[in-house]
Parts: sequence; C-alpha cells; structure tokens
Amino acid sequence: MKNLEGRIGTIILWLLLLTAPYWMPLFGGYTGLGTRVLVLALAAMSVNFLLGFTGVLSFGHAAFFGLGAYGAGMTIKYIYASTMLGLAIGVLVGILGAMIIGAMIVRLRGVYFAMVTIAFGQVFYFVAFRWSSLTGGDDGLTGWKRVPLDLGVTQIDILHNDIAFYYLVLVCVAVCSAAMALLLRSPFGRTLLAIRENERRARFLGIPVDKHIWMSFVCSAAFCSVAGALYAYLDNFVDPRAFRWEQSGDFVIMAVLGGMRSFWGPLIGAAVFVVLQDKISSVTDYWMSILGLLFVLAVVFFPRGVLGVVKRKQGL
Amino acid sequence: MTQVILFNVLNGLIVGAFYALMALGLSLILNLSGVINFAHGGFLALGAYLAYSLAPYLGFWGGLALAPFLTAALGLIIERVLIRRLYGRDPLYSLLLTFGLAFIFQDALRFLWGAQSVPYQIPGWLASPLSASLFFLTGYRVFMVVIVALAVTALFLILGYTRLGIRIRAGTLDLDTVSVLGVNVRVLRNLNFGLGIYLAGLAGVLAAGMLGLSPTIGDTLIMPSFVAIIVGGLGSLPGTLAGGLLIGIASGLTAVFLPAGTEAVIYVMMALVLMVRPHGLFGDAGRLR
Amino acid sequence: MGKLQASLHVRRRTLLKAGVAAGALQFASPFIIRARAADILKVGVDNPLTGVYTALGKNENFGVELAVEQINAKGGIVGRQVQTVVEDSTSDKTDIAVQKARKLIQSDKVDFLIGNVNSSHAIAIAQVAAELKTIHIVPGGHADAITGASCQWTTFRVCNTGAMQGNAMAGPLVNKLGKKIYIIAQDYAFGHALADGLTKAATKAGGTIVGTDFFPLATTDYSAVLIKARAANPDVLVDLAAGDDGINSIKQAVQFGLDKQLKIAGMQQELEVVEGLPVEARIGSWLFEWYWNQPNVPHVAEFVAAIRKKTGKVPTARTWFGFASMWSYALAANNAKSIEAVKVAHALEGLKLPPEVALMPSEPYFRAEDHQLVPSVFIGHEQAKGTVDPEDLFVVDQVVAGKDFMPPASETGCKLVYPT
Repeated sequence: MKNLEGRIGTIILWLLLLTAPYWMPLFGGYTGLGTRVLVLALAAMSVNFLLGFTGVLSFGHAAFFGLGAYGAGMTIKYIYASTMLGLAIGVLVGILGAMIIGAMIVRLRGVYFAMVTIAFGQVFYFVAFRWSSLTGGDDGLTGWKRVPLDLGVTQIDILHNDIAFYYLVLVCVAVCSAAMALLLRSPFGRTLLAIRENERRARFLGIPVDKHIWMSFVCSAAFCSVAGALYAYLDNFVDPRAFRWEQSGDFVIMAVLGGMRSFWGPLIGAAVFVVLQDKISSVTDYWMSILGLLFVLAVVFFPRGVLGVVKRKQGL
Repeated sequence: MTQVILFNVLNGLIVGAFYALMALGLSLILNLSGVINFAHGGFLALGAYLAYSLAPYLGFWGGLALAPFLTAALGLIIERVLIRRLYGRDPLYSLLLTFGLAFIFQDALRFLWGAQSVPYQIPGWLASPLSASLFFLTGYRVFMVVIVALAVTALFLILGYTRLGIRIRAGTLDLDTVSVLGVNVRVLRNLNFGLGIYLAGLAGVLAAGMLGLSPTIGDTLIMPSFVAIIVGGLGSLPGTLAGGLLIGIASGLTAVFLPAGTEAVIYVMMALVLMVRPHGLFGDAGRLR
Repeated sequence: MGKLQASLHVRRRTLLKAGVAAGALQFASPFIIRARAADILKVGVDNPLTGVYTALGKNENFGVELAVEQINAKGGIVGRQVQTVVEDSTSDKTDIAVQKARKLIQSDKVDFLIGNVNSSHAIAIAQVAAELKTIHIVPGGHADAITGASCQWTTFRVCNTGAMQGNAMAGPLVNKLGKKIYIIAQDYAFGHALADGLTKAATKAGGTIVGTDFFPLATTDYSAVLIKARAANPDVLVDLAAGDDGINSIKQAVQFGLDKQLKIAGMQQELEVVEGLPVEARIGSWLFEWYWNQPNVPHVAEFVAAIRKKTGKVPTARTWFGFASMWSYALAANNAKSIEAVKVAHALEGLKLPPEVALMPSEPYFRAEDHQLVPSVFIGHEQAKGTVDPEDLFVVDQVVAGKDFMPPASETGCKLVYPT
C-alpha cells in the first residue's frame, strides 16, 4: 500500500515534469524558469544524497557545481564545441576535484566538515575570480554557446529551442536520479544509511566508514557537477559566484525546505524556492522577507520539510 | 618593510578582536543551544541602526550604551517565539530558520532606514590617529579594542563567577544533567541567547564607526566570524577568541604581500588548521553530529 | 499629467505600493492596459533593487520613470504609449539578472531593455539581448568590456568606461595634486579597468604610479592597504573603490589621518556615497559623471525639481543615467519611425542628445563604432556641508568635454557584428 502510494506520487511528478513546458505558461511560468528549477533541483538532490542519506552536511557543493560549469563552458570555448563533450569534461573535472578534496577532509565530521567544504569552494572562487585571462574573472565566462546535439541521423537544436533544451535537462535529471536511487538501493546505499543512523555502530561492524563517506562524497559531487554543467548551458554563461558559499547555502536550503530525508524533497524545495523568488520579486522589492517568512513558517509548521509531512502520514 | 609588517600585525589583531566579539556571540548560542545563527548579521545591523537613531537624542555614548540592550531585548523575544522551536532538532533547521530571519531583517532595515548608507558620526577625537608617530593606530581602533576587551572580560567574569554563567557553562557540557538538577533550561537558553545577541548589537555599533552603515553591513562579517569559531574549535570560548585574533593577523599579513588574497587566506588557514587538528585549536569533537 | 497617462505608467510594483489616495486609479488601470495592449510599448528594467546596489539601482529607475512620463506626455514612441516592467536583478547574482532579462524579453515581450548597475550583470544581459535581438542600454555598468571586447550590436551604454575616466582625471590629478600617485582599487573588472585607465593616462601626463593595490570586494578593514600606501609616501592617494567599499575605505583613510598628510582623490564618486559619509570624511578631489547643481545649464533645474517631487531628494548621476537611457531609445526609435531592433540601433549610432536630455554643457552623442556615449565629466572637490542646499556636497571645478578624454574607438577592442 505504502509502496503503491509512493509510486503513484512519483508517476504524477514525472507526468508534471514531462508536460511542464505546456502547462507552465498558463500559470505565468516560462520554459527557462522550468529548466532552472530542474537544474537547481538536481544540485539540491546531490547535496541531499550526502546530507539525507549519509548524514554528512556539505556546505561547499558549489565547488563542484562551479567545476562542472567551468569545465563545460571552457571545453566549448577553448577545446571543441560539443555540448556532450563539455558535459563529460565538466563532470570529470568535478569528480576529480571531489576525489582529491574528499580524501583530504573525510576525517572531519559535523560542522567542521561543513566549514572545510566552504573553504575549498571559496578557494576555487578566488582562483576563478583572479585567473581572468582563462575564466573571464568577475565578468564571467562568455563568448561561447551550447551547441545543437548531433545524433548522426538528426540534429536537435537545443540552442535556439528552449523546450528542446528543457527536455535535455529533464533527461539528465532522470538519468541522475535513477542512478541515485539505484545507488541507494544497493548494498553500498544501505551501508550509507547505516552510517547515517549510527556511525559508531557501523564502525564496530567493520564498515570502513571513512571510505564510504568518501565514495558518497564523490558520487554526490559528480551529480552536482552535472547540474553545474547544465547550469552553464542554461544561460551560456558562468560566473565565479557559482563557487561561493551563498550558492552552496541555497542548495542546502532547498534540500531542508523540501525535506531532507525524502528522495524528491529537494526537487520540491528547489521548485518552491526558485518559482517563488521569481514571482514575488516581480511584484515587490521586499520579496526577501516573504521568502524568509516562508522559511520560518516551514520550520514551525513542517518540522520535516514540505515532503516530510506527506511521508509521515504514509508512515515511512 | 619590517615596520609595515609589524603595523599590519597590530591592526590585524585589532580587527581580529572585532571578529572575536561577533564570533563569541555566535559561539555562546551554538554551544548551549546548537543553533547556527545566520541572522547574527541582521542583529548586528539592527544594533548599528539603533545607535544611529539614538545618537541625536542620547549622543554617541548613549547610543553605544543603549542600542546593544535594545537589540538583545528583541533577541529575547525572537528566542521565545521562534528559536525555541529548534531545540532538540537537527541543527539544519536552525539554518533554514535563521536564514529566513536574516532575509526578513535585511528587508525590515531597508524599509525603516532606507537602502542608502547613512552617515554615522563618531566623536572627533576618535576619528583621527593617536599622534604623528603613532599614525598606524587610529583613536577609533584603540577605542574598539578597549570596548572589546571590556566586553570579553565582563563575559568571562559572568561565565566564571555568576550563577547564570556557571549554569551556561555546565549546560554547554551536559544540558540534561543541568536540567535534572532543577535549573530552568528554558530561561537559561533564553538569557544565553540574549547575551549572544547583546554582543552582536555591540559589534554592530562598533562596526558602524568604521564601516558604511547600510542594511547589508552584517553580511560580510558573518562568515569570518564562523571561521573564527571553527579555527578556535567548537565549545571553547577562549578558542573562539583566539580564532578571531588569528584570522585578523592572517589577513593583515596577507595584505602586505597580496591584498587581493585577504578574503581567501582565512579559508586557507581554516582548512590547514582542520587538516592538522580536526576539532580546531581548542575544540571538542563536534557534537552537532 | 493626464489621467490616461498616469494610469499607463503603472508598474507591477507601484500597484502594491499605491497609497490610499492613488489606490482607486491605480487598481483600475491594469484593465485599461490590457484593453489597449496593441498601443503599448513595453520597456524592461532589470536593475538591482535588493542588496548592496539597491540605492543606485533605485535612482536609475527613478530616472527611467520620469523619462517615461515625459515621453508619454509628448506622444510616446512611434505613437505608442510606454509602459515599464521592472524586475529585481539582485546586486550580486548574475544568474538571476540573466533569468530576469530572458523573462522580460520572452515572457513579458518587452521591446527594449535597460540594465544594469553591476558590470558583470550588464555584460551577461547584453549577451541575452543580442541573442534575442533586443535593443539594450546599460545605464550604469562601467566595465570597459561592455563597449569594448564584449560589445554587441544591440547594446549601448550611457555611463563612462574606466579608460575614459582615467583619461579625464589624469591631467588634473598630475598637474594640480601631485606627481607621485598611489592607487588602491577593488579587485574586480571595474576596479582593474579604472586602475589601468589611470595608470596609462597619468604616466602620459608626467606622473608616476608608486604603487597599486587591489583588495577583494566587500573588504571591511583597510588598515593594511592604507598603511602600505602611506609607507610608499605618495603625493596623492587615489581611492577607486565604489559603493559601500568606497565609504568604508574613505572613512578609514580619514581616521588614519591620511587626508592631512597627502591628497586624497578618486575617479568616480557618487552622491549616494558622499551622503553616507560622516562630515569629516567628505573630502578629496573626485570625478562626477553628472552633477545636479549646474546653475547655467538649461533644463537642469526643471529636471532636479521633477525628481525632487518624485523622490524628495535631488537626482544623482544614477538618476540621469536612467533618464538618458530611456530618452535615447525614444529619440532613436522616433527618428527611425520604427521599433525594429536593427533600425533603432542604427538610429542610436551617432544620436546626439538634445539639451533637455543631455543636461550638461556639451552635446553628448553615441559613438557609432562602439556604442559608447561621449559625455562631459565634472571634476571638483567634496564639501562637508552644502552651502545652497544640504545635498550640495560637491563643488565643480572644471567640466571636461568628451572629445578631450575619449580614447580612440580603435583602442576599445570592440568589433560590432550585425546580423546578416
């Protein structure tokens, strides 16, 4: 019964996402906004992979978001104009970064871990900001564009067709979320949950905790750099602020807002965050306080995040 | 050159003392209640604006004396109404709530005092260097250090010798036992929060004398303060103090060789400290998971 | 202002802000607009309304607002009444600024885009505008690249570049204040542009740069750079920080007594900044891009009065940027008798601003090669308290005409490519 309800929810969610470009305009949305929600949702889900299912808070995932974005943008600008190659290189750079950083910090826990991830993000920001001959510095990486997809038999013009680009992003989000779900269902994922629930017990059971956290960190960073690369494509632009802690903070907020123990929570959180900010800021300069009030109310009334309430009713 | 380095270390210490003041407030709240207060910058800005508005009636000194108390009063109310709901929950909710509060603060300050910076006037004798030979020390900076030193001494005296302070320290170590021993933990946390916010308000008034007073004045100060806490180590107030002074010196020294790196250096320093000592210089194991 | 026009000037935000008195009229108006949609020309304004640049962004928007009222009173643009759609770009999130630009063009269907105070936002918005073939005027983003390496056929700019300001200020600096110059600047595109511009021009004018330091944006403590600057013993300390950083650095320089030991100067000062300084820190020689107290220049007094009526404060350079941006588009479109982007762009190239828009002694025009406005600049010194008016905090010593400081278009690195 529980499973069935969960499955129906997921099916409805995907039906909504698949048809979004067609119903959103009725509610004052536009394709670009939908794409943005998807991309940031993927980033928030990647943060939540670590936070909600391994119990480790990274406040520096913007580092991998930024690496993915710069990796993709610089590949197209300097090496070869291919959307897919850019994505691949962006993700590789992100993974490489995460492997190195992860190895250095995996001993840390709790707030210390969160703060040291911020530190790495800020250092990347500094490099991207200062190395302007390569990255465009403060002005951002411009002068390149995502390229239409060449499938051999046909071409998909994701450059000029926003809706086509939306579906490309949706495919990426689908692939990544399927990968995350599979990982979480595998013995590896179960081990991560065990670490989340009680690290000491997991350690006594002979689980190499640090190694598992490192692997979870790298997986999560890989998904985040996919989001980063897609984000670069969304505006054909990368800005060094993609690395800053404020960006990481947004991801964490989306995850917590939506419900960090639930798989789709961060997606809901991202949708609420992005759409509300977009809509309210068109109406009033004081949109920050309305968004802020929403956060406060969410903490007061939805103690487990927006989706958490639904889950609790289902007894999950 | 040696002289320049020496001057910068000294000024770094002074700025570090300021960060320490802000970080001590954050640290008090984090240690006893497990709340990561991202709205601290908002309280700081409020303290500064209150001092600005009180100055025409009470003068600079009146503002300095009263504004932090008013800020703390608001802190007590917010703790009663909102922060209290966070206790015993995942510290991440404190992040969401205080982020929200920070947003609300910024809009409210802009609504009340406007977006444009306002001129906060300090007494003339503070707004000049001490003397021609001591040109690297301004009157205001010396004044800041004196105030910070007084506040920190008072704080440590309160924590060391008053009933409230001893309970706060005991609560930081083991809140459940303190509660079982008959201490009203609700009141204790409330007062502790107020004490932390008082320090934020005081830091705000001090900052307004040195910086432009706009609704975003606290934004750039909050992250260095968190870094100070982490470098010093969670749970240790002397550690927080040391962390603040250290980041001050680090950015002062960096400014001599690569001024553009003064922001990045504090993060590099934090990363290095944590590589060597995973719990900061004086901290205990991060109890916040 | 007629009733029709008042109702046409409704923006989404004013709707909310509308007081009780204006309420009835304001709330009725959206229906009028919908009914007459074909006769409306929409202008998108994508400027910061939150964060550190709020005051600057708002002032630019006030200028746009006033221009729209005037334009509508004079019959609109190619016979269509103008309506603005205002969005908050935020001060520091370029992705939001870009998202809003796309929304304005694609969802709100604006015909013309104004923005942004922040240079990196402006460059990113320019890229969107070119992609979507929409005319875009940058009122107040100063990075050289906007009308240089990153220039677009759709983008024009009203405010100056770093190179222009450097050229304009270098002569007076070296000749009047001293030959040994120390520069402190913010470490971002605009700070580097100003510092480079000044270094080149000052060296040419016979000065020496004894040191240059860049500090991160939003630095709070300037003791280190200030002590270092003083140790170099220059004649002049040039402080190129803008906005809040400008306030912080000047305030601290005065506390260190630097104003008594050497001359303090800068290249771009804004009234918004000076008003945020305590009286003892309102010192030094500066360049203003526009100043409100120009007693002998026609139409300036009317402009000041109109803005005062609207905001209760005098217009700043920012207000004029917004005003001139909006008017430039109207003039060009009316000249071209079309709002087709390519035609308007060609009409803007070489467009001379008439006195009631120029509001300065010379006749500013948009240079065809790089789409940069060629204005005059105002060089003078600050005063602690206004003599004629509390907001008269600047004394203009000389007005330098654009022809005397514009770097040649060939040096900007701009190559305009029109769609074929």
